Amino acid sequence: MEAMAPAVWVKKDLIGIRDLSRGEIEMILDTAPQFLAVSKRASGIKKVPLLQGRLVVNWFHEPSTRTRTSFELAAKRLSADTLSIAASSSSSVKGETLHDTLANIEAMRADIIVLRHGCAGAPHILAAAHASHIINAGDGRHEHPTQALLDVFTMRETLRRQRGNPELGLDGLKVAIIGDIEHSRVARSNIHALTKLGASITLCAPATLLPRGVERLGVAQTTRLCEALADADVIYALRMQLERQSRGLLPSIREYVKLFRVDRDSLRYAPDHAIVMHPGPINRDLELSTEVADGTRSVILQQVTNGVAVRMAIMHLLANSGGARRARESQAS
Amino acid sequence: MTLAIINGHVINPADNTSAQRDVLVADGRIQEIGNGLRGDETIDAAGCVVAPGLVDIHCHFREPGYESKETIASGSRAAAKGGFTSVVTMANTSPPIDNAGLVELVIKRAREEACIRVYPAACATKGMQSEEITEMADLKEAGAIAVTDDGHDIPSSRVLRRALEYANMVDIPFLSHCEDEELSEGGLINEGYTATLMGLPGVPKAAEEVRIDRNIRLAELAGAHIHIQHVSTAAGVAIVREAKRRGARVTAESAPHYFCLTDEAVSGFNTNAKMNPPLREPEDVQAVVEGFKDGTLDCIATDHAPHTFTEKGVEFALAPFGIIGLETSLALTLTHLVGPGHISLEEAVRLLTLGGARVCNIPNAGTLASGAPADIVVFDPKATWTVEKNGFASKSSNSPFISHTLQGRVRYTLCGGQTVYSG
Repeated sequence: MEAMAPAVWVKKDLIGIRDLSRGEIEMILDTAPQFLAVSKRASGIKKVPLLQGRLVVNWFHEPSTRTRTSFELAAKRLSADTLSIAASSSSSVKGETLHDTLANIEAMRADIIVLRHGCAGAPHILAAAHASHIINAGDGRHEHPTQALLDVFTMRETLRRQRGNPELGLDGLKVAIIGDIEHSRVARSNIHALTKLGASITLCAPATLLPRGVERLGVAQTTRLCEALADADVIYALRMQLERQSRGLLPSIREYVKLFRVDRDSLRYAPDHAIVMHPGPINRDLELSTEVADGTRSVILQQVTNGVAVRMAIMHLLANSGGARRARESQAS
Repeated sequence: MTLAIINGHVINPADNTSAQRDVLVADGRIQEIGNGLRGDETIDAAGCVVAPGLVDIHCHFREPGYESKETIASGSRAAAKGGFTSVVTMANTSPPIDNAGLVELVIKRAREEACIRVYPAACATKGMQSEEITEMADLKEAGAIAVTDDGHDIPSSRVLRRALEYANMVDIPFLSHCEDEELSEGGLINEGYTATLMGLPGVPKAAEEVRIDRNIRLAELAGAHIHIQHVSTAAGVAIVREAKRRGARVTAESAPHYFCLTDEAVSGFNTNAKMNPPLREPEDVQAVVEGFKDGTLDCIATDHAPHTFTEKGVEFALAPFGIIGLETSLALTLTHLVGPGHISLEEAVRLLTLGGARVCNIPNAGTLASGAPADIVVFDPKATWTVEKNGFASKSSNSPFISHTLQGRVRYTLCGGQTVYSG
């Protein structure tokens, strides 16, 4: 590692995986282990002063427990001050524009804005017009970059452990992503991340939930679960929203379970070493059987643990790298 | 007082002439076209095309109701700057133009404030609610040039059939926005790779195509003339072509953005590339160009749809549909249809003038006949310019062509012999 040219993070924001190079993705993945170590310190003092005196604003326009908590913990473990703005108390209901709300937050000298928004592109339009560091915590169906980064980090760590090679990348890894691809920002970000890292992807969904033109992203697709699982190293089940049935996209949850659930029966088609992942929160016995979710193949709780470390790495890189500092200076001037 | 426009290349689609000649204007009318003409005043049009004032049969001037986006006054100035002297305004104002009194209001406002000719279209159904047809005889008598529920289709085939039968009786053109709104519901851009990549809900092409077919077939049942608005897909063009072949009374338009841009223009969540129907894919752009070449598409219309900077400066999903077009239509046509050799300069002038005038039976438009009102555009087909955000006469600047460099620039627009724009 020391032999390689020292790469420097230059991006002001983390908006989407599509905007990242393979090198940038790897820089985040390589920065995360030191923060994982902070969270696992034997002393129990899970804190470093890297963002002391900085303000991180968690601005969530959609309900979220898991992601918001993970970001808040990440910020706190970096010693930042944190502030949460929830959709219900935000100005959107008062008719204030997104730009105006952010301008007001920035007037209070925020450093990092973590934005979750129901509209695709919301963080993009803000990042282009404002000086603070924007982290996309999920925008509509578009991207959820930190989720994908913690997912590929978890895949890489697991693979390295399984194969006893601490240098292993994801080249050639076979990943099956199963479920509601159409509405999933997690799927989109993972497709970008895995493709850039050299993994191959098979999407598996009911025909009504496979988006048009997705094959142009360089993925295979099937509507048969056994095909998707056949040679998968990683089985990634997506959360199925119950409302898809009422919107006419599924005849019944019952039939979805019958055709697409990852459970003991369907796992018989998968290789023995395949691991099972899920972005959470799980609908138990819908997309994943309880047995599998809690079983030995599941790395779902490791994803959660890794999520805090990966988000610490991202905040550290954005706020403390050269490029980012320039942005902050331009804000001050 | 006479005005001579000399040394220009005069293109008159009404009599298929195209030659270097002079135009003599007297008392607001075209007196003579010939050589060596002189007048009290002179416009030297050397290097320029002299053509009938452009005609746009699809624009939104937003008055009454949405005057912060555009007014009849500002819209007419934008039209004049783009070379237009006759426009048909859509009826989806607030309130919608669904009775004779409101038609008269628009005509009165236009007479007081517009520098060009404004012909209001009126609603085809009361309140644009798709339930009861409007008093089309009354509307026509008050001055409505066409009926349309533009912005929406009429979901009920029964109501649409009756509207078409009644419009045919009254002999007023029916302008049809074709969209199955169940199929397009929630959609923001064309359904396809770009929508999937951007995580934006898509509008399938079929939402437009199934209704182009249905609406033409209902017009055939009614024996009525139907005009298909803003055709944006390859299959849409093919359906119109086939309907014309079997003798249906159908005309059709498309807009410059459908022959200049694909859905990739939405990249970066550019709300100024968000309109309905949405920008499509390369094969559709090609088919629209073909439609103009073989006469399937009768005219270029702008669908000039102004929205304020504030309205467009929001999350992509929340931004309204529509872009402005009056000030870029001519240059886009010259740059993207004439420049690459798809159509001739003469055909471009026809598509921008007589084509639309015939669809809506606009009197004395699209012609340079002696005795006709002197509605004339003088443009330099070679001059290049760059579209600037702050350069529009429109109240709004929601154009996807900002910073595009285009060829073809209006020098003079004359309406009834008066210079309403010069630049």
